[in-house]
Amino acid sequence: MSLQRQEVEKIAHLARIALSEQDIPEYTRNLSNILTLVEEMNTVNTNGITPMAHPLEAIARLRPDVVTEGNQRDHFQQIAPQVESGFYLVPKVIE
Amino acid sequence: MHHQSLSELSSHLQQRSFSSEELTHYFLRRINQYDAQLNSFITVTPETALAQARAADKCLQTGTAGPLTGIPIAHKDIFCTNGIKTSCGSKMLDHFVAPYNATVVEKCQAAGLVMLGKTNMDEFAMGSSNESSFYGPVINPWDSKAVPGGSSGGSAAAVAARLTPVATGTDTGGSIRQPAALCNLTGLKPTYGLVSRYGMIAFASSLDQGGPLAKSAQDVALLLNAMAGFDPRDSTSLNRPGEDYTAQLNNSLVGLNVGLPKEFFSDGLDPEVGKLLQNAISELESAGAILHDIELPHTALAVPVYYIIAPAECSSNLSRFDGVRFGYRCHEPKDLMDLFKRSRGEGFGAEVKRRIMIGTYALSAGYYDAYYLKAQQIRRLLTQDFKNAFQQVDVILGPTSPTPAFNLGERVDDPLKMYLSDIYTLSVNLAGLPGLSLPAGFVGTRPCGMQLIGNYFSEARLLNIAHQYQLRTDWHRASPKQFVD
Repeated sequence: MSLQRQEVEKIAHLARIALSEQDIPEYTRNLSNILTLVEEMNTVNTNGITPMAHPLEAIARLRPDVVTEGNQRDHFQQIAPQVESGFYLVPKVIE
Repeated sequence: MHHQSLSELSSHLQQRSFSSEELTHYFLRRINQYDAQLNSFITVTPETALAQARAADKCLQTGTAGPLTGIPIAHKDIFCTNGIKTSCGSKMLDHFVAPYNATVVEKCQAAGLVMLGKTNMDEFAMGSSNESSFYGPVINPWDSKAVPGGSSGGSAAAVAARLTPVATGTDTGGSIRQPAALCNLTGLKPTYGLVSRYGMIAFASSLDQGGPLAKSAQDVALLLNAMAGFDPRDSTSLNRPGEDYTAQLNNSLVGLNVGLPKEFFSDGLDPEVGKLLQNAISELESAGAILHDIELPHTALAVPVYYIIAPAECSSNLSRFDGVRFGYRCHEPKDLMDLFKRSRGEGFGAEVKRRIMIGTYALSAGYYDAYYLKAQQIRRLLTQDFKNAFQQVDVILGPTSPTPAFNLGERVDDPLKMYLSDIYTLSVNLAGLPGLSLPAGFVGTRPCGMQLIGNYFSEARLLNIAHQYQLRTDWHRASPKQFVD
């Protein structure tokens, strides 16, 4: 399977990844090669086979709905790129 | 001192032949002396190590020490360590100081192990050569032109060069077993759910498992005793009774049914590696094992299936790196979208970006059924192959990697070629089974591994087989010349 440049740009947008102009041809080639590799899956008939999401078929464990972790906002915000008065700062979203 | 097993070190500590503080100083000196040649550590933590060593010495004095108390360990830099940089081999987390400990780290600490530092790795554990690390490649201690394997390449090189007695790793598609094979170590990927993933930075959540890298099966068993166990903080951790993984080490192999899958001994296997495996198989046969030819017909599909499922899960997991709450943020973002895109574009390396993009594509509207669902269906077929085989045999034996260590730079520009080095290990993760790699000899200067795959929760049996093999052979005792003293 061969991807076009525009498709790679669209995937990069969906993945929220900025690619530089000069890198796009290489990504296009590499991603196309990987998709060609996975095409081998089409040689297998999988009609009626239930997809396997968990290796041991385990289901999510439930726990009582009680608080187990206290608020550690200040502790966790110490590693944030930019905070102010307990808020994470990002560029202005609403003008 | 650095060639001693964990139990030898432990008995010396118990008898006070040396203190944990002396032992810790000793290994810190070795790291200082040799690691410039290897690049196996991202962070060395002498202060923490010596403080932990002094605490261990107190336990040793008061008689409250366990079998691992006072022994140094290195953790792969994927495990969060409270107050200590946890980079995951990425520029994205170059300044990330984890605000809490991974369960594995806590358990090792509780067992009295002394952390020497954090080891180098492929970025976000994506790679088979340790060349995708932001901190540069790790060198194989056996041959300075060779890769150590990956993604736990730093842990493998550090144990192989005897810079630490033991180390932790993680394995999503072979990342413990393949570097163990390429560096002449014993490494175990446990059954999915046996070792807690809490605080282990996620790559592909349905495949990731932590495990030990060590000089022998016995050492692996001792460390697994400390690492394994139910953790309520990991929703996929299995709640089952604890087990002593050393308990079966001395059992006999007479009557052991060993399956040899024909797909593991076909065209792709380097003939020299094949010869070494034949010798190993004969050795097990002379120990009483019974050989069976078996088939795992969907083996070749493990690569395509893995390269949909792992990237799909990675694209979801790595969406948390947004430049807002932690990790790298680009300079002067002009708006929120620019902040997301440039932080991720600049913070992630090429292999990580490729995998996120493949995963994003496979999960996007209109493609989900053709890729992700299809891959999950074939995953069941692959698992069924193993289930059928385990009706007939106790353990499956094959190569860990199709070739000995390849050269640095050799596969870096060809992701597909890199992916194929995990052909024999990927299916084990897809099925969630335990897999162990152990030394089986050398091709020239470069070590090769043999892989044992067992049924769910058969870790103790795999370690028993490996230990019995290691009682009969010396491969695992060999250490690289350059670092022998």
